[in-house]
Amino acid sequence: MAAGIELEVNGKRYTASYPPETPLLYVLRDELGLTGTKYGCGEGSCGACTVLINGAARRSCQISLSAAAGRPVTTIEGLEKNGVLHPVQQAFLDAGAFQCAYCTSGMIMSSVSLLKSNANPSKEQIVQSLQGNICRCGTHPRIIEAVQKAAGKQQEHAK
Amino acid sequence: MSQAERAFAIDLEPERYEFRAVPMHQFALGRREFFKIFGAGLAVFAVAKDVSAMQETAPPGRGFHNEELPKEIGAWLHIGEDGTVTGFAGKAEIGQNIRTTLTQTIADELGVRFESVRMVLADTALTPFDAGTFGSRSTPTITPQLRRVSSAARDLLLEKAAKQWNVPVTKLVALDGKVTDPASGRSLRYAELAREDLRERQPPAQDPVKPASEWTIAGKPIPKVDAREFVTGAHRYTTDLRPDEMLRGKVLRPPSFGATLIAYDDSAAKNLPDVVIVRDGDFVGAAAPTVAAAEHALAVLKVQWKELPQISDREIFSYLKKNAQPSGEDRFRQTKGSVAEGMAAAAKKLEARYTVAYIAHAPLEPRAAVAQWTGDKLNVWMGTQRPFAVRDDLAAVFHVAEKNVRVIVPDTGSAYGGKHTSDAGMEAARLARAAGGRPVKLVWTREEEFTWAYFRPAGVIEVKSGVAADGKLSAWEFHNYHSGMSAIEPPYEVANLLTEYHQVPLVLRSGSYRGLAATANHFARETHMDALAHLAAMDPLEFRMNNLADARMRAVLEAGAKAFGWPRQKHTEGQGFGVAAGCEKGSYVATFAEISVDRKTGTVAVKKLVEAFECGAIVNPDGLRNQVVGAMIQGLGGALFEAIEFEKGRIGNAHFANYRVPRFRDVPEIEAILLDRKDLASAGAGETPIMAIAPSIGNAFYDATKVRLVNLPLRPELHLAG
Repeated sequence: MAAGIELEVNGKRYTASYPPETPLLYVLRDELGLTGTKYGCGEGSCGACTVLINGAARRSCQISLSAAAGRPVTTIEGLEKNGVLHPVQQAFLDAGAFQCAYCTSGMIMSSVSLLKSNANPSKEQIVQSLQGNICRCGTHPRIIEAVQKAAGKQQEHAK
Repeated sequence: MSQAERAFAIDLEPERYEFRAVPMHQFALGRREFFKIFGAGLAVFAVAKDVSAMQETAPPGRGFHNEELPKEIGAWLHIGEDGTVTGFAGKAEIGQNIRTTLTQTIADELGVRFESVRMVLADTALTPFDAGTFGSRSTPTITPQLRRVSSAARDLLLEKAAKQWNVPVTKLVALDGKVTDPASGRSLRYAELAREDLRERQPPAQDPVKPASEWTIAGKPIPKVDAREFVTGAHRYTTDLRPDEMLRGKVLRPPSFGATLIAYDDSAAKNLPDVVIVRDGDFVGAAAPTVAAAEHALAVLKVQWKELPQISDREIFSYLKKNAQPSGEDRFRQTKGSVAEGMAAAAKKLEARYTVAYIAHAPLEPRAAVAQWTGDKLNVWMGTQRPFAVRDDLAAVFHVAEKNVRVIVPDTGSAYGGKHTSDAGMEAARLARAAGGRPVKLVWTREEEFTWAYFRPAGVIEVKSGVAADGKLSAWEFHNYHSGMSAIEPPYEVANLLTEYHQVPLVLRSGSYRGLAATANHFARETHMDALAHLAAMDPLEFRMNNLADARMRAVLEAGAKAFGWPRQKHTEGQGFGVAAGCEKGSYVATFAEISVDRKTGTVAVKKLVEAFECGAIVNPDGLRNQVVGAMIQGLGGALFEAIEFEKGRIGNAHFANYRVPRFRDVPEIEAILLDRKDLASAGAGETPIMAIAPSIGNAFYDATKVRLVNLPLRPELHLAG
């Protein structure tokens, strides 16, 4: 086995020993213990494993360890700063935008990515960008509401 | 049918698709372990009254395990020296928010802050026996049970303080975790009062719980307990557990249902380092430090399977009809008057046949378990709705005492009736048995989920009916083949009635699904009622009202109609409006749908859903709204497009890429109207809000196109004739 692959996750450096072709999802969860990122299908169809790579939402089950190496990865565990929730996390909390909450990490990561590229998305743009994320509990209206709330908060801060 | 008769019918409801008959055994609550964990300073109270009336019993005669609930208050409630109150219940939190509503219930009745109460749920070593988290039973059974023990506890604390101060108990107030004497201003914290052993004390003979009108903490939209854990990814679901020395398990699945192992050669796998291979009959599995290593071990095995001929989805409905078994059991049949006479008296008659496809639960957290043996003691962490049944299954299969098996349910990534069986726990425990004390985690893949879990059963429903000249139902004959008998009885007044449930041998493995067969039976009944209304030249809502006496049914229809603006004028081409309603498990629903049909593009869009729902006194309106809206959206899938494809014992669409579930784009404008009946006992709400979605949409499609859809999923776009 190779000496290991350098990975940067949430600003921390790790050396991963899993084979280079291993999907990032399993490295995060099984090797690094970052279990906030969820397995939902392993096929890129549900969005539960969404993380940010270079700030953009990616399905961590569809990107290999070697492809993620050298690019900053952010997981749900990396959003909170000094005990303060990210505005999107806070908005999900305030809107009660979850039931079983298994999809929540992926929903939040996809929404963070959206708001990075579009600070004031329309409802249709939110729907479009979350279309790949499955919520089986049917909490979609509150998730949209949470993203809108978070966008509003970010706008306020920007002023 | 009267209210009492309907309640009786509900009690007879068999959750019939359970696969393993569970042995009847008595359960000795592990009190010693409980004391060890929760320490001294226990408030161990005397016998709670009326406990026998509160026993939750599983459906009769189906091999379900029933036990007496513990009678001591201490089994349900613990007041610590630091004032922390701990409640215990065997229910599992699966996203329905029961952890929050039970916390509210105890805080409200005991008179303590919400934040000072925590719930221990679904742990067979710590919580009282529970048949399972299903059937919308948690709120109607466990909520009053916890109220009773909290009320008795509060009264004993009051009594204790009264004796200490030598003042009449009626002069004292129990609130905010302390007993106060307003006259003198002195007070004692519950924690101080509870320090003394009250075991010998008897609770007062009469001890009513607070009526909903006096609730201060229950009835409020309190946010979900542990909500922060969920938005930070900190919550540990079963799939996230990583005990030291853990191995990962994988099971070798047969190529098709019912296939048997006829050749097995493990010579290439035997010498792999750090790998445990287990073959036990047709079960083959591996455990290794990583999933990849376990998969590799299974891949190098040489095996051969013998497959069986199987029914396919193309022939399922004719199969179900042909293979219906003569029931001869009265509990499957209800009769009243004479359907023949009712049909003879009818001015209009209608016969129709409806079908319902198999669908999958597809909970986003797949079935998973972590199992660890210590000698002949087994601990299993598992996302299940029936921890005690899983415990019993494991004890039976591994020939150990039930007290040696502990099943713990971490708050789970949803279930919808799909996590009743012990499969993943059984598999993990079997592998762990061979792993020398190391824990084994086993997580089903999505494909395994879609293939080896069980389904909501398919069904055929036939209805024969007559309407008299005055628009009253004169005859109603309703046959459900295979899918189930939940809500098979109509809520409508009809003198001549026959309803019958026909059992059929299983084709695909089938089981409970949110609402059971109530969704299928409501689809058939409410579609049929719509067709009858048109035959009788009456407005569909007016026709229902004309045949309804039940005030709660009428109330939800009226509330929904008002919000929806029924009857509505069509303003655009292709618009259609539909209504459907029903009641089940003590709650009532009326759903109104607006759809839009575009013949040019061949698309059908659900534009708006309005649903009025009533489940007695609302315990948490915020959580309830989440459940109701969630059921409506989940219901869209089964209504419009979800169907399991199968042939030769294989599932044809075992992936989210080809088994379509509702996504953001499918969600219409939604309005949920929650009627709060503080004068009525709280009923469960997880299931009923899903029942009327499909027929309301199908009826709206008829309104738009004059085409009647009689199969679920509706797939309306396939019925737009040229």
